[in-house]
Amino acid sequence: MTMKTVFKKTSGLTEKPTHYCPGCTHGVIHRLVGEVLEEMDILEDTIGVASVGCSVLSYEYFNCDMTQAAHGRAPAVATGVKRVLPDRFVFTYQGDGDLASIGISEVIHAAARGENITVIFVNNAIYGMTGGQMAPTTLVGQKTATTPFGRDIHIQGSPIKVCEMMATLDGAAYIERVSTHDVPHIQKAKKAIRRAFETQKEGKGFSMVEVLSTCPTNWGLDPSESLEWVKENMIPIYPLGVYKNKVGGK
Amino acid sequence: MGKVLMKGNEVIAEAAVHAGCKYFFGYPITPQSELVAYMARRLPEVGGLFLQAESEIAAINMVCGAASTGVRVMTSSSSPGFSLKQEGISYLVGSELPAVICNIVRGGPGLGNIQPAQSDYFQVTKGGGHGDYNIPVLAPASLQEIVELIQDAFDIADRYRTPVIIMGDGMLGQMMEPVEFGEYSEPIGQTKDWATTGTRGDGAPKIISSLELDAESLEKRNEQLQEKFALIKEQEVRYETYEIADAEYILVAFGTVARITMNAIQKARKHGVKVGLIRPISLWPFPDKPFIETRNKVNGYLAVEMSAGQMIEDVRLAVNGCAPVGFFGRTGGVVPSQEEIYEKIMSFAGGLPV
Ligand SMILES: Cc1ncc(C[n+]2csc(CCOP(=O)(O)OP(=O)(O)O)c2C)c(N)n1
Ligand code: SF4
Ligand SMILES: [Mg+2]
Repeated sequence: MTMKTVFKKTSGLTEKPTHYCPGCTHGVIHRLVGEVLEEMDILEDTIGVASVGCSVLSYEYFNCDMTQAAHGRAPAVATGVKRVLPDRFVFTYQGDGDLASIGISEVIHAAARGENITVIFVNNAIYGMTGGQMAPTTLVGQKTATTPFGRDIHIQGSPIKVCEMMATLDGAAYIERVSTHDVPHIQKAKKAIRRAFETQKEGKGFSMVEVLSTCPTNWGLDPSESLEWVKENMIPIYPLGVYKNKVGGK
Repeated sequence: MGKVLMKGNEVIAEAAVHAGCKYFFGYPITPQSELVAYMARRLPEVGGLFLQAESEIAAINMVCGAASTGVRVMTSSSSPGFSLKQEGISYLVGSELPAVICNIVRGGPGLGNIQPAQSDYFQVTKGGGHGDYNIPVLAPASLQEIVELIQDAFDIADRYRTPVIIMGDGMLGQMMEPVEFGEYSEPIGQTKDWATTGTRGDGAPKIISSLELDAESLEKRNEQLQEKFALIKEQEVRYETYEIADAEYILVAFGTVARITMNAIQKARKHGVKVGLIRPISLWPFPDKPFIETRNKVNGYLAVEMSAGQMIEDVRLAVNGCAPVGFFGRTGGVVPSQEEIYEKIMSFAGGLPV
């Protein structure tokens, strides 16, 4: 029997074991970003900006220079880095509370300015780190620590569809929503991340990939139920696909 | 370069350019808007970059990003906008990033008004944001002094890896005076080997962060910060004294107010009251020394401020009960007049309550 390598370690990530809960797809998304940076051979020219959320320690996992931003402000920090070092690759890695709630202004204006940065936006429909409170992306009816009776549109309003909104901005060059609930989708997600970084490489402007992700711990589901929940409940509200593509090609 | 006639806000901007600052991120607010506009015009001429941010919050975080690459960077604002920057400033301290931040203080609280004030003294000198920290604060009293102190501010920022605040008031920003700039300076020869610029050619990845999850580790980090603050306290005290050699009474004032007190002091001296002035230039670290040297000799100190009485707390600490400390202040953007300061001196010297 010959051994086949199905899972190769990427040099895009450090040796540090991640702290994510079992079944959390933050780790998968890290690997995809790491692999893209490795395959594009841009690790040495990349500065990542970690946000505040479960992924705050991502600065210990990505194998490139990293800075850590205040809650929601990663796109502003990334702007500062990129404006000084326009020939470097700059990306942010942000959760949905970070990006779509407290930091919605920073990400919109970064896109409107056409900042030539890449945003990896991890939408798990909840505040993971602080113990499962409602996020702007929490689904209608979804129970969280701060919507114990389920999100009610008359009280908490409706989920923000970030890709749809960002796609209206002229400065946004590449916007795609992907998912991590099964292997084919994970492969698609990687392609999207690669195209986002290529957008940056070509100097086309702002790129963002929204990745639907799990939070088994705060959803109160086991890992496989969580993947199913993404497919059954999140994708209908957050349709996958390319929302903006100024780069062309497929 | 000879003397040129300029507005205070523009002098701050040009002085920063002379100090090697090439990046500025800001958001408009009166009374410092000329500074932002000047930078927008000027920085492209020196191959730098001006960016108008969507808010003061974004501006200070852009400063964090630019500072993390090791360049000289600045932002400025006035009171309400400065309040918004506090979280970012705390991050600058926690991540040990150098930057210069101007606060051209206006009347508060709330939206207040756009007249000159010094009522952000507590905010700039006592931390301002969350966590245990102090930031060097320099308060120029003239436009020529701005030139000097902006250079110092950038040098201090780099030397100690800390943000530095320039505190002025609306008057300083708006007044016009002839000033002379020195040579353009390049950032003093530090290799910023901590900067995150990509690892190409410089080894393992670097991290800029203020997070330290383990309590003992964060305490250690705080101890290191405290050591740095102690060193700054030792090395970076700045003040000026005026007519204190024979003084029986000493006024304490900073910024433009100090200038107004000088005229009042001369008038009081003509009327036989021996009065002098201590002008703190660094508000933090506060200059204790001139108080220690005089507090057992004089009859009293009179703090004069454009606030309800904030610096007076530091004066009291420095005087340490050795002499009475009086206060005269105007708030809301009202500038104390020479005449009323004179009258306060006379009643203070005459033993009347002030
Ligand atoms: C200014 C500020 N407000 C609030 C917090 C607390 N906080 C930390 S993480 C977080 C939510 C993160 O949720 P999300 O961005 O969705 O990331 P996740 O943990 O789900 O990956 C909050 C509110 C903070 N650190 N700073
Ligand atoms: S709390 Fe949720 S988002 Fe955070 S690591 Fe655990 S599963 Fe992932
Ligand atoms: Mg989340």
